[in-house]
Amino acid sequence: MIASYFIIIPLLSGFILAMSGKRDRFVELVALISTSLLLFLSVLLFPVINAYGPVFYQLSGWKIPYTISLVIDNLSAFVLFVISLIAFFSTLYSIGYMRRFQALNNYYALLMLMIAGLNGVTITGDLFNLFVFMEVSLIATYALVAFQGEPEHYEAAFKYAILGSISSTLILFGIGCVYSMVSSLTLMQISLKTNGMPSLYLAYGLFLTGFGLKASMFPFHSWLPDAHPSAPSPVSAMLSGVLIKVLGVYSIIRVFFMVFQESKVVLDVLLVFGTITMVIGAIMAVGQRDIKRMLGFSSVSQMGYILFSLGLGTPLGILGAVYHMLNHAILKGTLFLDAGAIETAEGTRDFENMAGRSGKTVYVSTLMASLGISGVPPFGGFFSKLIIIMAAIYARKYSYALIALTVSVITMAYYLKMLKKTFPTMNARAKIPVSMKITLIILSILTIATAVLFIPAVRDITLNKVVECITDRAVYGSLFKAGGNP
Amino acid sequence: MGLYLLSFILFLVGLYGVLVKRNIVKIILGSGIMGYAVNLFLILIAYRSAGTFPIFLPGREPGLMVDPLPQALVLTSIVIELGVTALLVALAVNIHKHYGTLDVRKVRRLKE
Repeated sequence: MIASYFIIIPLLSGFILAMSGKRDRFVELVALISTSLLLFLSVLLFPVINAYGPVFYQLSGWKIPYTISLVIDNLSAFVLFVISLIAFFSTLYSIGYMRRFQALNNYYALLMLMIAGLNGVTITGDLFNLFVFMEVSLIATYALVAFQGEPEHYEAAFKYAILGSISSTLILFGIGCVYSMVSSLTLMQISLKTNGMPSLYLAYGLFLTGFGLKASMFPFHSWLPDAHPSAPSPVSAMLSGVLIKVLGVYSIIRVFFMVFQESKVVLDVLLVFGTITMVIGAIMAVGQRDIKRMLGFSSVSQMGYILFSLGLGTPLGILGAVYHMLNHAILKGTLFLDAGAIETAEGTRDFENMAGRSGKTVYVSTLMASLGISGVPPFGGFFSKLIIIMAAIYARKYSYALIALTVSVITMAYYLKMLKKTFPTMNARAKIPVSMKITLIILSILTIATAVLFIPAVRDITLNKVVECITDRAVYGSLFKAGGNP
Repeated sequence: MGLYLLSFILFLVGLYGVLVKRNIVKIILGSGIMGYAVNLFLILIAYRSAGTFPIFLPGREPGLMVDPLPQALVLTSIVIELGVTALLVALAVNIHKHYGTLDVRKVRRLKE
């Protein structure tokens, strides 16, 4: 039963919010209660999975493959936790930040719809259902990108929506190809049936393009630096922190590592295009003056790291990718929320014109997150990059390791430049709402706290289980039989 | 095979519309055409020649039936496309209100 609550809670609260009119306090309370419930449930999942194995839910009493199933294994539980964590903090931050806008109930309702879609993508056990939930979250996202209502926001939303609908169409095309080959849409059954089948290269290409576009992989990265900065800051944190990872990377992991047979071609594509994404994002970020736009390009670059690490294909590489997903969600979430606070204090996003009015809290949390994302030792970001580079070296891809190292240095350079321009003085005192400050402080602490996961004893009970879940494709297929099927 | 090819050509027509056309309304229509090409493709893979409609009737041997699942998928996908198209049109209306044009070459206020 626990699986269905991850969709019921945000959808129900979204409905209540959409109906509730302009009662700001009530709207904020409902949103906060629902996201904190989700966070609580997602933490609860870990002991449940440890004790009873993957959680299964089959809709309306039918047995798979005749029904849609919800499956939560270790990978889903991990991603659900990341979504709930960032969603909770975004909502908390929104209370202080969103007060200047009208129609708050619509904003929170769209946010809840987006969370429902993301949770659905993560826990579904059905290929077409994955597509449907993806569309649910994307439609909410298009509206959120345009939420601030300036001309350039509509422009960014339109660009994003067109590219998003192209990629969705490609994914649907791929689903059609897969269905015509295996006559099934249940992911676990496809995983069993494609054993020993010739590779479905057409479907691979369609899925890789579709999910790659959503993950902003190299030839398709141009929408991200427009779309993500245009949204309100808490939503940017959700988009860069979670959405591209769930719709892009999580779907790639699920489909290419756990459902289809591992294919050398796909891994090579991920490796090469991941590296190019990493380099292009970093180079483009150097010349930016708009703080949120720079963070957008930085997201492209960090997504490159994750894809590159997946492309190595070794368990260590997958560990690096999973660990970096968590770190980047927290770090980029913090940075976008910081950017929102800076914008509130300064009234501009162009850091060439900033006077340093943002105050100490914002400065310290921006500093911590910047150092974390550029890979400076005590922070979590350092350890995940270390694992990625070590994985590249163990896989004998020395030149790739060198590129990853260089990009890390470039990242450091543009973040330090941003810090220097944004905070020229430290004596000013800005009025930043309490809820924003609390969020920034907690998230900054989390940027260091994730380093704990590098300790082998802790890693064994957390991240390594996720990696085992990804690498062991046979187990995922055998879940099909465990799900009540004779 | 010819029908598959035709639906693929329709898909390419839609893609051409999205990538090449300058008018926002034509871009939206292009994305719609792309969606319908894929819907046709889904219907095609379900079709069995000389198959009957996929409904059980009392007292009748079902025999060879058309696969009903992709038809259900197409219904869902039509609804999703409707939602996306409505949103795109709403954005287009707002773009026209703010920029006074529907030409994508002139809708360029984002920094390069």
